Amino acid sequence: MLNTFVVYVENKPGVLTRVASLFRRRAFNIDSLTVGRTEKPEVSRMTITVDADYDQARRIEANLYKLVNVLLVENITQEAAIVRDLAMIKVAATHEARSHVLELASVFRARVVDVSPESLTIEITGAEDKIDGLLDVLRPYGVLEMVRTGIVAMRRGSKSSVPLAPVNGLAQAAAAGDEDVSCSV
Amino acid sequence: MKKTGAQILWECLEREGVKHVFGYPGGAILPAYDALKHSSIHHVLVRHEQGATHMADGYARATGGVGIAVATSGPGATNMVTGIATAMMDSSPIVCITGQVGSKLIGSDAFQETDITGVTLPITKHNYLVTHADEVARTVREAFYVARSGRPGPVLIDITKDAQQSCCEFDWDAAKPQLPGYRPDLSPAPEEYAQAWELIRNSKRPVILAGHGILVSGAEREVRDLAERAGIPVALTLLGLGAFPASHPLNLGMMGMHGEAWVNHTIQDADLLIALGMRFDDRVTGNLKTYASNAKKIHVEIDPAEINKNVKVDVALVGDLREVLHELLPKVETVDRGEWLDYIDRLKGDSAVRDIQNLPDSGHLYAAHVINDLWRETRDGNTVVVTDVGQHQMWEAQYYKHEQPRSLITSGGLGTMGFALPAAIGAKVARPAAEVWAIVGDGGFQMTMSEMATIVQENLKVHIAIINNGYLGMVRQWQEFFYERNYQATPLLNPDFAKLAEAYGIRSMNVKQRSEVVPAVQSARRHEGPVLINFQVEQEDTVYPMVAAGASLHEMIRRPSSIVETAADE
Ligand SMILES: Cc1ncc(C[n+]2csc(CCOP(=O)(O)OP(=O)(O)O)c2C)c(N)n1
Ligand SMILES: [Mg+2]
Repeated sequence: MLNTFVVYVENKPGVLTRVASLFRRRAFNIDSLTVGRTEKPEVSRMTITVDADYDQARRIEANLYKLVNVLLVENITQEAAIVRDLAMIKVAATHEARSHVLELASVFRARVVDVSPESLTIEITGAEDKIDGLLDVLRPYGVLEMVRTGIVAMRRGSKSSVPLAPVNGLAQAAAAGDEDVSCSV
Repeated sequence: MKKTGAQILWECLEREGVKHVFGYPGGAILPAYDALKHSSIHHVLVRHEQGATHMADGYARATGGVGIAVATSGPGATNMVTGIATAMMDSSPIVCITGQVGSKLIGSDAFQETDITGVTLPITKHNYLVTHADEVARTVREAFYVARSGRPGPVLIDITKDAQQSCCEFDWDAAKPQLPGYRPDLSPAPEEYAQAWELIRNSKRPVILAGHGILVSGAEREVRDLAERAGIPVALTLLGLGAFPASHPLNLGMMGMHGEAWVNHTIQDADLLIALGMRFDDRVTGNLKTYASNAKKIHVEIDPAEINKNVKVDVALVGDLREVLHELLPKVETVDRGEWLDYIDRLKGDSAVRDIQNLPDSGHLYAAHVINDLWRETRDGNTVVVTDVGQHQMWEAQYYKHEQPRSLITSGGLGTMGFALPAAIGAKVARPAAEVWAIVGDGGFQMTMSEMATIVQENLKVHIAIINNGYLGMVRQWQEFFYERNYQATPLLNPDFAKLAEAYGIRSMNVKQRSEVVPAVQSARRHEGPVLINFQVEQEDTVYPMVAAGASLHEMIRRPSSIVETAADE
C-alpha cells in the first residue's frame, strides 16, 4: 500500500541525504520525495510516498525518528488530506490536433503555459490520478516531454501538524545542559 | 577567551571527562596533535586506526563510558570504518574524531580527502562535518550526548584543518547541544504495563531473554528481581552474558545458534517470551517462521525501530530497561513455576551436570578445556575476557562462566575478526585494576596483532591466549557441515606466535598438553608484564550444538554420540 509521510527536518546541509540513505539502507523503495521550505527558515518539510504494509510503515516512522535531524514524522495515509502533484506536459499539437488538445486541457482544468507551432505545453495541478487521467488522453497526440514534481500533502481542517512553534523552545530546553536535556516533542 | 579549534577540542573532551584517547596522527589532524601537549588527556598511539576504534569500543564496553578514537583524513579515516560498524551493531558509545582537508579544498579531491561523513553515514548513529572553530564546542557536546543516550552508538566528528587552526571565542556554557528532534527518553503507556502484567500472570511457561541492553541500562539487579520473584528462567544472548550470574539457579545459559539444546528447546516450548534489551537477531532466533510459535511475546526495548522488526510481539514496552522494570516489578506476582522448571531440568538431562573438567585426558588439547581451565583459574578475580570471532568465541561463551556484568567483551552483531586484541587494550586502559585476557583465534589475531606494540609501548598487562587450531576454524566447520569438507582457503600456515611475541618484548609460552594449561595460566598471572600463550589445540574440532543458518531453533546438530559417551563415562 502506498503510504504518505510528512516529515519535518532541520534545514541543514546533508539532511536530505540522511533521509534518502535511510530508505535505501533499509530497502524501502521511495515512490516520490519532495522537499521544500516551510514558514520557519530553520525547518524543511518533506512529503515522502513509499510502498509499505502496516508494520513496515511503523518501522519507517521509527527509523526516521532515529535520525537526529528529524523533528516530526506523520503518516497521513489514513487521514483526510489534500494531496497535490504538479505536471508539465509538452504535447505534439499541429494544426488539426490543437483544438482537441486545448479542449482536453480545459476539461481537466489544466492551463496552457507555452505554445509553439508544433506543440503545446500544459501545466496541471491535482491529485496524482487526475494527472494520470490527463496523460492518458493526451498520449495519442504524442507526449514529447513530461515532468512531475511528486506529491506534496497537507491535512484538511484547521489542525496543524506543525511542530514549528516550539522548535526554538525545544532548542532552549535542550540547551539547559546535558543532564536535563529534554528532547521529547 | 580566544582559543584555536584544536585547543577547544581537547578542552571539551576534558570537560566531558575523557582521560584517554586512542589515535594515530597525520597531516589533516596535526593542528589537534600540536595542541595535545597542553592537555591532561593521555594519548595512546595505536598501530592501525582500526585498532583505535576497537580500543575505544573496548574502553566503552568495559566501563559504560564513551571511548574516543582519533585519526587523520583519507586513509586514516577509512581505516576506522570497520571499528565504527562494529560499534554501531553492538550499540557501543564511541566518538571518532577525524581531521579533514581545509574547508576551501572540500570537494576538490585534495590530497587525502575522503568524504568520511558520507562513507560513515549508514554506520554511525550520527556524524558531523565541522568547518569552523566556533562549531567545535557545541558539536563535541552533542556528539557525546548522542553517543551515550538512548540506544548508544558511534558518532563521528570530521573537523577541517582550518577549523582546528583558526581562533574563536570559547564559551563552554554557551555551546549547549541543540537537538530539537532527538528523543532518547521514551517511556511506555500505562495500559501497556497492564497488558504485560496480564501476560506474565497467565503464563505457565515463561522465559526471559536477556540481552546486551541490560548491561547498557545497568538493569542487572532488576532483571534478577523479576526472574526470582516470578520464578522465570533466564536465557542469555551472546552479548548478554554477564548480565545475569552464570551460577544462578534460574540461569539457563546462552541461546541461539550455539546455545545448549535445553536452552533453545525451552524457548521453543515457552508460552511467553520476555525479551529484555535484545533484538531477536537471526543468530538467536533461527528460522523466524517456526520461532517460539506458541509463545506470546513482551519486548522491552529502548529503540522503537526494533519493535516488530524480526519477531512480531504482543506487548512492546519502549523505554530504558531499568526504568521500565522499576515500573513493572511491583505488580509482578510471585508464582510457583515448579512444574515448568522441572520440565526444563528434564530437558537438560545429564548434559547439564556433565563437567568438562572430568573428561578423561586423551592426550589431545581441546579449546573447551583451555577455556574451562582459564575460567577456573581466573574466576575469583576482577577479570575481563575479550574474545575475537570464530569457534574460540563460541567455546568461550559456552565454557567461561560469567558472573559479573562487563566481564565479557565480544563483537556480536558484526562478528569482526581482529577485534579482540585492540578491544582488550581499550578495556585494560579503562580498567587498569582488572585482569584482562584476550582470547583470540590464530586467524583473527593476525588481523590486528601489530597492536602488540601498543601493549608494550603503553606498558599494559594484557594477556593473550591464542587458540591455535591452524584453521579459520569456524569457516572450516561450515565447510565440514555444509560444503562436504571442501576446506578451501581455511588451513593457515602460521608464524611462530611465541617468537613473534618475544620480538615485540612480550613474554610467551607454547602449550600443547592439557596438563600444561593451568601452570601456564598461573605463570602468566604472576608475571608482572603481558604474556602471550600459544595454545596448540586440536585442529578439526567442532562447536556443538549448532543450529544451521535458516534452520529452526530446535533443529540442532547435536554433539556426536562419541563425545556424549565419553562424558557419561566419568
Ligand atoms: C574481518 C572478518 N573477515 C572474515 C570473517 C569470517 N569469519 C568468521 S569466523 C572466521 C574464522 C576465524 O578463524 P580464527 O581466528 O582462527 O578462529 P577459530 O574459528 O579458528 O577459533 C572467519 C574467517 C569475519 N568474521 N571477520
Ligand atoms: Mg583458528
